[in-house]
Amino acid sequence: MRCAIKTEGITKAFGSKTVLDVIDLDIESGEVFGLIGPSGAGKTTLIKILTGQISQDSGKAHIGGKDSRKLTGEDHRHFGITMDNFGLYERLSCYDNLLTFARIHGLPKSSITDALAKVGLAEAAKTPAGKLSKGMTGRLKLARAFMTDPDILFLDEPTSGLDPVSAGEIHRIILSEKAKGKTVFLTTHTMTEAEKLCDHIALLNEGKIVEYGSPEEICRRYDHQRMLKIHLSDGKDMQLPHNKEAAAALSELIVSGRAETIHTTEPDLETVFMELTGKELSA
Amino acid sequence: MKNIKAVFLKQLSDTLKNKTVLIQFLMFPVLVIIMENAIKLEDMPEHFFAKLFAVMFVGMAPLTCMSAIIAEEKEKNTLRVLMMSNVKPAEYLLGVGAYVFVMCAFGTAVFAAIGGYTGADLVLFIGVMSVGIILSELTGAVIGIFSRNQMTATSISVPVMMIFAFLPMLSMFNDTIKTAARVTYSQQLSELINGIGVSGITAESLIVISVNLALAVALFTLAYRRKGLE
Repeated sequence: MRCAIKTEGITKAFGSKTVLDVIDLDIESGEVFGLIGPSGAGKTTLIKILTGQISQDSGKAHIGGKDSRKLTGEDHRHFGITMDNFGLYERLSCYDNLLTFARIHGLPKSSITDALAKVGLAEAAKTPAGKLSKGMTGRLKLARAFMTDPDILFLDEPTSGLDPVSAGEIHRIILSEKAKGKTVFLTTHTMTEAEKLCDHIALLNEGKIVEYGSPEEICRRYDHQRMLKIHLSDGKDMQLPHNKEAAAALSELIVSGRAETIHTTEPDLETVFMELTGKELSA
Repeated sequence: MKNIKAVFLKQLSDTLKNKTVLIQFLMFPVLVIIMENAIKLEDMPEHFFAKLFAVMFVGMAPLTCMSAIIAEEKEKNTLRVLMMSNVKPAEYLLGVGAYVFVMCAFGTAVFAAIGGYTGADLVLFIGVMSVGIILSELTGAVIGIFSRNQMTATSISVPVMMIFAFLPMLSMFNDTIKTAARVTYSQQLSELINGIGVSGITAESLIVISVNLALAVALFTLAYRRKGLE
């Protein structure tokens, strides 16, 4: 797998406040990568650096092998970006919004209907963007990002503030892009979203990456108890150590049919983040 | 060229939906049709309202439309998306500028028709109006570049527009105002329009308009270099 996004020692400060502090990342082509952190952790700043909207104070960022500070307009055709502060033409219909960008990118009009269909907005094609629900607005922004069939997608909190159904729709779209081999750089502060979508995540706190790996790896790493919680058929609960010494006892419980459910004591990502930072992610 | 055309067409499809801008394009052309047909006074110069409103239109519509369009794009963060889509700031400004110019050309056509201009007078009228539109567009673009949002743009563009659009009218009633207004392009445009078929083009008008144009270009260049479009 070649590296789609690589950062080395990215540091960025606004005034005296360091927003990003020596960020090193290797994101492989075709993976969904999640940058997880509370509001103000520096997630959006990193996306802005990676997409060439702002420059880092030090360090290097390479996107598809190119220095992010030297990205040309043509390079941007290969990236799809949705950010909360990327606006839509509210008076124009969904179709006309995309038509403007189809003209800019020299795309056929069929790309507009394809993009709208992909995000489930075909029937809202004539609806002014300003009259869409928040979920539909998010999907229209995704459609705009997908129009050029980019290799890398930068999605900055794409489900922020959405109801579960709308968020689920966007998850479906992201996973379908992943299935096509696209690289997705996702920021979120929703752990369930990260667990559902991401191959690898980095936990970002106060500008520093405090943990990196797959969601499962990270949770296993912080399973300090290493126990199995077993709910028995007689209604009682018991715990066994999560090691080979307990295998015989566990086997007996399963064979005898006494074990109704078995759970490991791995923490979820929210708990891991709290252990690492003393903060709740939703804060 | 492709990007300029995309911005131009985007603006065109927004025209009927953007009432703030639409009213600027329509107000004076509609007013002139009504006034020229409804008010006939003795001693009133021929096509008085056509000449008066043409100057007010040139001082107001391109200036407020340019500043409002640019400021709205900045406020709604659509300009950033365009820039990230390989649209150069110059292409954006040319696209919006061409759109405002074309829309104002329709207004100019109404004034020309109502004013009864033909032949060389028509060519001169169109030429004068075109120079005025470009000057006002540059001024509006400077305001748009310096404004972070629509409210700021309006608070700057209204007094500036009042100066350029209304000074020529006020100068009809007050000589002091007229003397002061002579340094503005709109006053000189007014004099050129009123002089069509009578006194022709004067050197003073040409000089003042040229100086105004040079100042507007310099101010625009300075604003663009200092602030860009972000």
